[in-house]
Amino acid sequence: MTRPTREVDVLVVGAGPAGLAAAARLAAAGIARVDVLDREQHAGGVPRHCRHGGFGTWTHPLTGPAYARLLHTAAVRAGAVVRTGTTALDWAGPLALDTVGPQGLETVRARAVVLATGARERPRAARLVPGTRPDGVYTTGELQQAVHLYGQRIGTRAVVVGAESVSYAAADTVRAAGAQVVAMVTELPVSQTTAVRAHDARLRHRVPLLTDTTVTELLGHGRLSGVRVRHRDGRSVQLACDTVVFTGDFVPDHELARRGRLELDPGTRGPAVDGALHTSRPGVFAAGSLLHPVESAATATRDGVRVAAAVLESLAGAERPRHTVPLLVEPPLRWIAPNRVAPGDGHPYVLRTSALSKRPVLQVVQDGRVLHEERLRAAVPNRTLTLTAGWTRLVDPAGGPVRVTLTGR
Amino acid sequence: MTVTLNGPLPSGSYDVAVVGAGVVGCAIARELARRPRLRVALVEAQDDVGQGTSKANTAILHTGFDAVPGSLEARLVREGARRLAAYAGESGIAVEPVGALLVAWDEEQRAALPHLAEKAVRNEYRATRLIEPAELYEREPHLGPGALGALHVPGESIVCPWTTTLAYATQAVRHGVDLHLNSPVSDVNWHDGEHVLSTARGTLRTRRLVNAAGLHADTLDRHLGHRDFTVTPRRGQLIVFDKLARDLVHHILLPVPTARGKGVLVTPTVYGNLLLGPTAEDLDDKRATGSTAEGLALLRESGARILPALLDEEVTAVYAGLRAATEQDDYRITAHPEQAYVTVGGIRSTGLTASLAIASHVTALLADMGLDPGPARDLEPVRMPNLGETHPRPHRNARRVAADPEYGSLVCHCEGVSRGEIRDALASTVPPRNLDGLRRRTRARAGRCQGFYCGAAVRELFEGAGA
Repeated sequence: MTRPTREVDVLVVGAGPAGLAAAARLAAAGIARVDVLDREQHAGGVPRHCRHGGFGTWTHPLTGPAYARLLHTAAVRAGAVVRTGTTALDWAGPLALDTVGPQGLETVRARAVVLATGARERPRAARLVPGTRPDGVYTTGELQQAVHLYGQRIGTRAVVVGAESVSYAAADTVRAAGAQVVAMVTELPVSQTTAVRAHDARLRHRVPLLTDTTVTELLGHGRLSGVRVRHRDGRSVQLACDTVVFTGDFVPDHELARRGRLELDPGTRGPAVDGALHTSRPGVFAAGSLLHPVESAATATRDGVRVAAAVLESLAGAERPRHTVPLLVEPPLRWIAPNRVAPGDGHPYVLRTSALSKRPVLQVVQDGRVLHEERLRAAVPNRTLTLTAGWTRLVDPAGGPVRVTLTGR
Repeated sequence: MTVTLNGPLPSGSYDVAVVGAGVVGCAIARELARRPRLRVALVEAQDDVGQGTSKANTAILHTGFDAVPGSLEARLVREGARRLAAYAGESGIAVEPVGALLVAWDEEQRAALPHLAEKAVRNEYRATRLIEPAELYEREPHLGPGALGALHVPGESIVCPWTTTLAYATQAVRHGVDLHLNSPVSDVNWHDGEHVLSTARGTLRTRRLVNAAGLHADTLDRHLGHRDFTVTPRRGQLIVFDKLARDLVHHILLPVPTARGKGVLVTPTVYGNLLLGPTAEDLDDKRATGSTAEGLALLRESGARILPALLDEEVTAVYAGLRAATEQDDYRITAHPEQAYVTVGGIRSTGLTASLAIASHVTALLADMGLDPGPARDLEPVRMPNLGETHPRPHRNARRVAADPEYGSLVCHCEGVSRGEIRDALASTVPPRNLDGLRRRTRARAGRCQGFYCGAAVRELFEGAGA
């Protein structure tokens, strides 16, 4: 049986905020055949199982599932076709993908492809946490789906590993499932969420926060019976629990990008993109958490809007900006996205740092020339830092890489 | 077809009971199933087959080139390898004949290579070849710098250990063997020509007994008054790397064994991952299947030398297995005719390869003890779902998806597991009892996300099946 082929104008892979926003914009701009694939049974991406607020806008706040529905509806209303339960398996050409779903196997050819495949949390094994392999070990993504989408039982006493925003969301989900959060554990000296949220967890929910602390072992045969943690000063203690949630530490789900041999950025591990979200392959674009693991749904949505504009230009025959230079970060910065720059790129950049610093100086340098310098109020790991793009007009497209440094005190 | 999980064991007497449903016990039960006249029980302590050493090893189908020449192990590995390769081909067990390279990193190791080639000849394996660094790096461009040469062993293969054990068990059960799970044996009494096994599910009577209890073979042996050997669990920790790292190697990269230890290997798996390990730690706790910070650090250190690019790849899983090591460098297969009892002990890492030959050897010992097996029959072939990366999964087969759309509906995305395959596994002859069992049958939740995307959905399907 030969595989049927379908022709579309734009193929978007991933119906999360970035993919749906891009599809809605493209369809609204008059692109006739915009196809969005999602391997999950329902569109919306991660917000589908973030049953908490903080989505939408100040004037129109929404929960994650409501936000997912809103984006889905907007894309469909604009004329995009959203096909769920359909998996993009591999490339079948520079701008073609093999797909499968209950309706069968297909090759989809497009004039432009947008990868919006998102990111996932590193599971316990990828973090090389020693110990046995008992049941009761989760990532936030799995926990939220288990509790909010399937109503599954998760145990009674949970330790949450991490103290960033997603960790507090995981703790809320544990409580929503009727279980107790025994402790939150972070290797950093402070919580990395907002002060309000950290205080609420500690004072109202009485959840101890163990700072400067590492999980050194999982214990138990069959079901988790506890986790061993060690403080930076060498003290070690065993926390009795039947559930542990590993939160944060996101990596892009970059399989298609990698199988397509797109150039990857060593910092984000997602595809390298310039300010217009072009990847290294003409006609292939990327957006959302695949590019910056992981930012808010709002940021992903803005990416979708931005990538739609770039795709429209490309379909209209615009030349790709040929002269981009790499945008590199130096420790303690972990990554920056986008990570290639052309003179005049206008959108802001997102960065992450691995070290806590107060009033650090952020500097952008090319070949010894300082293009930009600013003092930040603070830099906290696992929280977004932004860099505006005013300096990009100073970039020499024939020069060396542009380097971004953060000098703390 | 009988697989029991709870309730009292049958009251009648069996002709043969095999204790231990690992790869060896299942192979023996399958061999005995060829005799329709025999009533055979396969008794397992845990809730699934292949839950001990059989599920946590390096999954290599050995040629036996480096066995102790003249040993029973050498002979059974040699025979078993040929038979398992053929059986795998007809049964849908994933096998890849990738070949092995024993890489020498120093002069001592390089000097050992010709001796290993000679040893291979004494084990009737003549296809080894010494290769120079130039060819070695041509074959393995990602190999770390400084290798001085290698011994090429083209016959070494990789195999799916889970499907192998399960295929044996499936065939055995379909041909009348009673598989009794959750039945750890706590005592054995032998009188009036009958063994009475005390298990957690009551007593089981049998006229002949085969001890294939793996790590616990010495304990069971002691119940029958034998102190021939002691099993010392030798822990091997392994790291499984992401499938996207698969192209970094083309062979099994074996260490050269020297007086200072065995070293670790890097090997592809049939599922398309890379495996780094194992450590070798002699322990006294037969439940110590955990990984340790020290073990993982040691593996990463070795991995950095063998294949530097490996450490930049994502880790998919970490596991540890316990080898049933004894005081001797050979299998401990002993017939005790006075008790109508056969001990199958000390089956180490080669047990998977040798399993079919061990089964023939053990049934011959039973016959020598006066078991009249009656007429033999050919077994109905079994077709297991092939979990190999080089074998297209059902969702890649347009015909299958068209005939049954459930095969086009993927649940576990990292491993490409469809609802149809999960449904089939849940309805199989020896069904999974928990999510780990489902993982070993389908690879659901075995991929890079470890359940981030699919965990809850897979659990829903499993629990919805009334499991």
